[in-house]
Amino acid sequence: MKRLIATLVLVALAAFAVVLAVALWPTHTRAVAAGDTASPAVVEAGRYAARAGDCIACHTAPGGQPFAGGLPMQTPVGTVYSTNITPDREHGIGAYTLDDFDRAVRHGIAKDDHSLYPAMPYPNYARVTDADLRALYAYFMHGVQPVAEANKPVDIPWPMSMRWPLALWRKLFGPAVVGPDAAAPPAGATAQEAVVARGAYLVEGLGHCGACHSPRGLGMQEKGLAGTDAAFLAGGAPLEGWVAKNLRGDARDGLGGWSEAELVQFLKTGRTDRTAAFGGMTEVVQHSLQYLGDDDLAAIAHYLKSLPPVDSQQAPFQPDTQAAQALWKGDDSARGAGLYVDSCAACHRTDGKGYTRFFPALAGNTVVQAADPTSLISIVLNGNTLPGLHAAPSPITMPPFGWRLSDQQVADVVTFIRGSWGNQAAPVSAAEVARLRRDDNRATTGTDLGPGFGGAAAKAEASPH
Amino acid sequence: MAKTMKKVDAVIVGFGWTGAIMAKELTEAGLNVVALERGPMRDTYPDGSYPQTIDELTYNIRKKLFMDVSRETVTVRNTTADGALPMRQLAAFLPGTGVGGAGLHWSGVHFRVDPVELRLRSHYEERYGKKFIPEGMTIQDFGVSYEELEPHFDFAEKVFGTSGTAWSIKGKVVGEGKGGNPFAADRSDDFPLEAQKNSVSGTLFGKAAEAVGYHPYNMPSANTSGPYTNPYGCQMGPCNFCGFCSGYACYMYSKASPNVNVLPALRQEPKFELRANAHVLKVNLASDGKRATGVTYVDAQGQEVVQPAELVILGAFQFNNVRLLLLSGIGKPYDPVSGKGTVGKNFAYQNLATIKAFFGKDQHHTNPFIGAGGNGVAIDDFNGDNFDHGPAGFVGGSPMWVNQAGTKPISGLAVPPGTPAWGSAWKAAAADYYTHHLSMDMHGAHQSYRDNYLDLDPNYKDAFGMPLLRMTFDWKENDIKMSRFMVDKMRKIAEAMNPKAIGVYAKDFGSHFDLSSYQTTHLNGGAIMGTDPSTSAINRYLQSWDVPNVFVLGASAFPQGLGYNPTGLVAALAYWSAKAIREQYLKHPGALVQA
Repeated sequence: MKRLIATLVLVALAAFAVVLAVALWPTHTRAVAAGDTASPAVVEAGRYAARAGDCIACHTAPGGQPFAGGLPMQTPVGTVYSTNITPDREHGIGAYTLDDFDRAVRHGIAKDDHSLYPAMPYPNYARVTDADLRALYAYFMHGVQPVAEANKPVDIPWPMSMRWPLALWRKLFGPAVVGPDAAAPPAGATAQEAVVARGAYLVEGLGHCGACHSPRGLGMQEKGLAGTDAAFLAGGAPLEGWVAKNLRGDARDGLGGWSEAELVQFLKTGRTDRTAAFGGMTEVVQHSLQYLGDDDLAAIAHYLKSLPPVDSQQAPFQPDTQAAQALWKGDDSARGAGLYVDSCAACHRTDGKGYTRFFPALAGNTVVQAADPTSLISIVLNGNTLPGLHAAPSPITMPPFGWRLSDQQVADVVTFIRGSWGNQAAPVSAAEVARLRRDDNRATTGTDLGPGFGGAAAKAEASPH
Repeated sequence: MAKTMKKVDAVIVGFGWTGAIMAKELTEAGLNVVALERGPMRDTYPDGSYPQTIDELTYNIRKKLFMDVSRETVTVRNTTADGALPMRQLAAFLPGTGVGGAGLHWSGVHFRVDPVELRLRSHYEERYGKKFIPEGMTIQDFGVSYEELEPHFDFAEKVFGTSGTAWSIKGKVVGEGKGGNPFAADRSDDFPLEAQKNSVSGTLFGKAAEAVGYHPYNMPSANTSGPYTNPYGCQMGPCNFCGFCSGYACYMYSKASPNVNVLPALRQEPKFELRANAHVLKVNLASDGKRATGVTYVDAQGQEVVQPAELVILGAFQFNNVRLLLLSGIGKPYDPVSGKGTVGKNFAYQNLATIKAFFGKDQHHTNPFIGAGGNGVAIDDFNGDNFDHGPAGFVGGSPMWVNQAGTKPISGLAVPPGTPAWGSAWKAAAADYYTHHLSMDMHGAHQSYRDNYLDLDPNYKDAFGMPLLRMTFDWKENDIKMSRFMVDKMRKIAEAMNPKAIGVYAKDFGSHFDLSSYQTTHLNGGAIMGTDPSTSAINRYLQSWDVPNVFVLGASAFPQGLGYNPTGLVAALAYWSAKAIREQYLKHPGALVQA
């Protein structure tokens, strides 16, 4: 018996040693060809790439200096803080070489060889071209003001705070870095194919859309990193109270009913005639997408519309006037109908159609009809602000209702919205609302009162380079 | 020791309509602009958050959006023989404070101007003779014509998202039988939005006015008849007639305000900075007194701050502009005895009267709880000089209207005359008539007089130790004559509705101006525009005659009060002044009009 135990212990130790060895075995990465990393044109190209990559969203704390890090991010094991990526030599990445920078951005390995938490979307950035990488490096070295602000240690208890398992994760799930020019369309591609290739590059790579919009596996890895994977962008899990929706071609809860023009308008202005960005997406349009050129936005839209649906059998939305007609007759006996009239109908109307480009339509809304009601419950509880953008300067706020409506009332009104005017989504229970109300896992970048003056984005915009 | 900020191209005092408009225009011209607002930051969210904003007690009764009279106020007296006392509670007029100013809490009535009123003295002298204008009435011409302002009226309507019905566009009648106003001046373009729907009370007024022989029209309203995007890209939602306009921040984004219609665009402009809680004490002058060097203000921490600037724009409320000029030593203070001096001269108001009609329960359901601040049906048959004033024997005109702006529970229980003021009879009448009454107003022009004026109070000071402004103001015979004439006309409209009872609320001979109940916030004059530096404080471009890098915007520029609500002219004059600055002043800084 003792022998057996001893053997098992030995085997376990040996296995652990092997695992540890795999984790600690150094990763060799291809050297990036040196090039221009200083000229103003390249710095500008890097500024554009940094916006496409939305680096500022995570690497800037509320009220903090641009790119100085410190934004708390909740993970299942505790809180990690984004790091200082300004060119400060002591606290930032000022001492990084181009290859050091490459190892961090595309491979998930810091300069001291520890592995990054995959909160840094290096599995997506692995697709970034060498040219964009050099430009990003140029921008972060010469286009960003250095800030002497120390990085915050992670808020994760031992043993979960050990870094070496992250190397295992990286080796299991981090994709190989593609060749120097992953954005290039295949040889002999048509103009259309070239547009799709550019869109794919932006969506799968710099834009790291999958980080939120793709489902994750048991290891928290994204299920698919490219359009060729069936689960890619099929909709994410709830994060900070919001669910990033299905971006594939599904008729009811995907982009099947969206036109490319509508998508471009959405990405550029955060709003369309019938809907508006909310939750985490508001920051994406504010800090990233509004700065992209129309060609790139069109490429993204074209690429997204090329993704086949998860469920090709999903029936498109069919309008139904029954709920509206009942309300017009003064019949608010349906579950949540009275609450809807009192709290929602002034803006979203009794027919659920909202008002063009101002108050989103709820009838036929793909988010309203998503299987997971998290986003809808959250927006009723907490409200949301669509920020003002260059091409659409008006911030528009839906006020919070959580202070006024009970869990049961929120559940009732959300159920009414999900089941009226032709919407076909399951009812919601008070328990689901209670769970989200209790959930303090909702750290945001603090911009939920709308963009203020002199905020991080404005400073980044104004900073000299 | 005051802190000194980096010099800017232009500093704007006050961030209401005029400040916002000028900030937009000047940043478009490439200038670095800092706007200083004495009150707090305000915006649709959180200040207009639904349903918290629908709170009459907080907003209209406790006056959340208005000037804090515990820190600064005015002193008031009727004549120079009286002692002036500080106004310690707001009632008669409600100046705003905070970002958006009165533009955040206004109702949204958005008129242009009757062209006659821009050259009022000349017109009356031409038509009725010099002697027709009473002794002591100091009305003047503005020095600018409707034709010159027309493009700016047009653009302001597009910025405000104004709903209305045009009568004529470029000389072609388009609004006959559709709710256009046959007395309205010609327009270069239609309203950006069609007129709002009319309330039952407005429709009743229109029918009755027509039956009496008048010409009802849809009031132009800066409450939207549908969603709208203005030339700055700023978006408005649709008005839903909730009835919470005047005194409130609109939760539907459907009442035009600097906050909704201009500020979002300025937020995208790196050349613009807005500092709230920045209370300007004075405009600083160079030692020769002929150039402004900037302003001194007190920030939220109580610190004195100097903001140097090439150009100083006063865009505060009417009487605060006048007070700042006086405190800064810009221009010569007006002396009512000699009639000399200009700053403080021609302080004028609005000459209002109200008639309420009370119907039987089976007659009309007027649903007064709904409404929109700018919405209504009006007649101009007695506005401007649209009728012969000769036999009437007074100067001035008045539009009349039903402007159902939402009758709220605390302030809004009208009962017929003769009803006991309390007890079961009052309760019964309140219950009987609440949904069966309507209210109509004569919104009369008010003239300026030699001894209605503004100066610095010799006794009372504000929280910063600066002298308060003193108002010397009373109603005159001309005002009462006009009021009686108009009430008589309006009563006939009320009678044509066949109500059970009529209540008339008007001034009579012997009435004195008093502060105890709300009249209107349409205060005018004190820093008036004109063509002669000896009779006006600013020239036709709203530029100070005395310190040419100071421009003074707003209704303080009006030499007398209009029949219409002032905001439309205030906005158009701001654009007119901005055009002169952009096209003339910036190329050749200095006086735009040689004295």
